[in-house]
Amino acid sequence: MKVAKDLVAASATPMVLGILAEEDSYGYAILRRINELSGGELDWTEGLLYPLLHRLERLGHVESSWRSVAGERRRKYYRITRGGLAELAEQRRQWDTVVGALKEIWPDRPQPLTTFPRGGFA
Amino acid sequence: MTDDQDGLEAQFAQWRHYVQRRRELRQADADELEDHLRGSVDDLMAAGLRADEAFLVAVKRMGSLDELSREFAREHSERLWKQLVLTGGPDGPVTRSRRDLVVMVGCALGAAASVKVPELLGASLADGSTFYPLNAGLLVLPWLAGFLAWRRRAPVGLIGVLVALFGLGAVGANVHPLTAQSQSIVLTSLHLPIALWFAVGVAYASDDPRASRRWMDFIRFTGECFIYYVLIALGGGVLVGFVFGTFEAIGVSPETVISQWVVPCGAAAAIVVAGWLVEAKQGVVENIAPVLTRLFTPLFTVVLLAFLVTWGVTTGGIDVEREALILFDLLLVVVLGLLLYSASARDPLAPPGVFDRLQLALVVSALVIDVLVLVEITGRISEFGTTPNKAAALGENVVLLANLAWSAWLMLGLVRRRTPFAALERWQTAYLPVYAVWAWVVVLVFPPVFGYL
Repeated sequence: MKVAKDLVAASATPMVLGILAEEDSYGYAILRRINELSGGELDWTEGLLYPLLHRLERLGHVESSWRSVAGERRRKYYRITRGGLAELAEQRRQWDTVVGALKEIWPDRPQPLTTFPRGGFA
Repeated sequence: MTDDQDGLEAQFAQWRHYVQRRRELRQADADELEDHLRGSVDDLMAAGLRADEAFLVAVKRMGSLDELSREFAREHSERLWKQLVLTGGPDGPVTRSRRDLVVMVGCALGAAASVKVPELLGASLADGSTFYPLNAGLLVLPWLAGFLAWRRRAPVGLIGVLVALFGLGAVGANVHPLTAQSQSIVLTSLHLPIALWFAVGVAYASDDPRASRRWMDFIRFTGECFIYYVLIALGGGVLVGFVFGTFEAIGVSPETVISQWVVPCGAAAAIVVAGWLVEAKQGVVENIAPVLTRLFTPLFTVVLLAFLVTWGVTTGGIDVEREALILFDLLLVVVLGLLLYSASARDPLAPPGVFDRLQLALVVSALVIDVLVLVEITGRISEFGTTPNKAAALGENVVLLANLAWSAWLMLGLVRRRTPFAALERWQTAYLPVYAVWAWVVVLVFPPVFGYL
């Protein structure tokens, strides 16, 4: 199962801001972290990540700087700003609403698909 | 292993070379993507792949450069605001540009014809007539707006808005009972084209009218269009000069043809052509406006500061007549233009630099001068009463002053790294409707308010 593109795009901003709220990070590490968190189900591309990071920077939600950590390459690190934290909180509220509503509709245990009449979904 | 490493470095060098040819990607982006690629290669090698295999897989995972550049272009539209990249449809660029050309020629001919038709129906081009000064914008700009709306495949609702705006303009220009001596004639013929230019803006942004970046593009479009128009006018002047010289050499005077046909029709058609050129050949002059602002910002700053100092030393009063007020309006327009066009080409992520400080100095000195002028002029107006001309000039001054004052505040924040550059950009695009509303007010409301003076 791969998550649909629209859903990936919609969740991209809170995901990146959330990861940067944990600690400063750089592009490749962010992508790896998303992979880890989603068990490889979220299909992120570089074409999504880097322009998004640059947009967040333009909006003042994150700041970037080239840093070299001992023993590693020089990398462009991103750091979340106070504005970014506020944005993250706002996005969280919205996502909580969505997730809460979905939980209300869907029962706790997923219904086994076999109970549906066969053929209707072919 | 070292052979392996050398081969890998060579491959990276080649990859960098490909990336650098992309105008959407800057050096810093290339560095960032290269770091990403290296991270990916390291992980794959740690998992047991050989260097060249790892490189292949990593590059494949990154996806095609075309797609990547397109995503970058979407975010960084200031680097190249090419509709070819952003809204290029499924049809190829060649058929697209040929169809553009055909429609443009049609619109240009339409503009030229609509300038001539009223005259053939009895309106006069001569000096005393009021028809042409009042209606010039109405005859030409709908064709440019139509061309842009066609190019953007504007939705029906927006086309309705455009028709309504131009209809409103026609009402404003022709319904008021103005005599040839009215001040309002001059005011309307100056303000109606400005008001209608925003209708052109609606057509320009019709594919995404709510995006502030789209309106920033429209600001760029305006500047580039102006530059193209001036260039075309210069060329046209040379052409007209040759026509005069050569025909008179054989004893035929081309004066009637030139003044009745070539110049008015050419001037109208050139507006559509300029708009098309900006759309089609964005690469050619896209750097002229920013270069001009770089050149003139320091010079204007020096002049304004020198003026302030001289004024302070001589402590003489300022002779504020109507002409002076208009002069200072124009000064504010120039300062705003310098601000807008360097903003439109500035990398939004760049840290504040010397140039931003210089601009802040420019804006602040213009503000100081303008406030001093305003204080004098309001005194005069409350003493001697007002006229439409004075009221319009004063209103413009206030509109520009408000914009520049808040811009100065935002730029101060930018220099002190408190506000991002995007705030200034948003402020400028959000302010556009104010100019439009003011221009419409002068056209529609001023004549009745001042008793058709």
